[in-house]
Amino acid sequence: MTAPLTPPQTIGPFFHGLLREEQQALAGPQTPGERIRIEGVVFDGNRDPVPDAAVEIWQADAEGRYRHPADRPAGEDGFTGFGRCGTDDGGRYWFETIRPGPVPGPDGHQAPHINVAVFARGLLHHLCTRLYFEGDAANGADPVLSRIPEPRRATLIARRSDASGKTVYRFDVILQGDGETVFFDL
Amino acid sequence: MNADFPPYLYAAYRATVRRAPQQALVPVPQTRSEVTGPGPAVSAVSPDDSDLTTNMGTASPAAGERIIVTGRVVDDDGNPISHTVIEIWQANAAGRYRHRRDQHHAPLDANFLGFGCTLTDENGVYRFTSIRPGAYPWENHENAWRPAHIHFSLFGPAWVSRLVTQMYFPGDPLQDRDPIFNSVPTSAARDRLIAKYAHDVTAPAWALGFRFDIVLRGSEATPSESPVPTRAAKR
Repeated sequence: MTAPLTPPQTIGPFFHGLLREEQQALAGPQTPGERIRIEGVVFDGNRDPVPDAAVEIWQADAEGRYRHPADRPAGEDGFTGFGRCGTDDGGRYWFETIRPGPVPGPDGHQAPHINVAVFARGLLHHLCTRLYFEGDAANGADPVLSRIPEPRRATLIARRSDASGKTVYRFDVILQGDGETVFFDL
Repeated sequence: MNADFPPYLYAAYRATVRRAPQQALVPVPQTRSEVTGPGPAVSAVSPDDSDLTTNMGTASPAAGERIIVTGRVVDDDGNPISHTVIEIWQANAAGRYRHRRDQHHAPLDANFLGFGCTLTDENGVYRFTSIRPGAYPWENHENAWRPAHIHFSLFGPAWVSRLVTQMYFPGDPLQDRDPIFNSVPTSAARDRLIAKYAHDVTAPAWALGFRFDIVLRGSEATPSESPVPTRAAKR
């Protein structure tokens, strides 16, 4: 006998309690892996920035292991793989983390990716997507990317830049309209 | 998508008009990314966090009707979800949020923070003490008021379990007029968002009790590295 799920409702504008702890820097000094910065802007259907969104990420460690009892229990290096950020007045969010390793999938490994969830006033249910890394050869064989029609696939590829010696991946989230980000039915 | 869940575009809730995706969601297989999740790692709460009448840390308790809100968190197979974090937030008794974006003319309560968190116990049961929130005016339409509600955020065991929702109170005439509440397509599903008065939870001369049970999507047991069927029967 299965129970019906509790329906979602919008997060609304007053969720700052969720941001009471700093959760944008995922890597501690002991965390192995290549340091990267993820940043971007959340846009609405008018291409206006969304200044009241919450962005959450969930990612594997540098070896492609999630910190979870079903994969690798949380260890001493302080890495949980979870991040949470509110967009600022310009709709911007950011995270400082490590590049995730490839995670097993249905046919071999998936391309390295970060799982992304977006919550906001005006979203009655949160939106889920993934961020992939520009230039990664594994993207061509990824089981999730290959389910997405070609022109829209690019919306999930974060663009790399190396300004001031730091590796930055830019990933905008377009909620609606031209260039709308692909969102998943998980 | 689940037939009980609200659509993304619900024009009566005006903010959805510019924020709802227009393209269909793309189904994806259940991999290790979907069946793991941050829930087990995000669990730092202290006992004081679950009492919103006192967790502002001031000398006096918050003003308003003291309530106890309790319930059980289970997955869709009925298994209790133990030791999972629940975060809640709400307006004060006058309907005012402690947030710079709420400047409407209802008084702030210096003794009320409006945020709390707790962990479900080994049986999936949670318990908060708070005050009943007031109705809150918003600008969605003429003379619009949100019914009294408490926001809930839960992780559950997996990325797919994540839920943000709102709990409503029984007998509130504002629900019928509220587009956020009415975006939920069926009356049975809307009813599941309304807490039930629970006299067995009510503490004499202290607080009224309400019960609000929550059902989350479970993880799919073992993520498979062999070909994985997409999750069956999203109810």
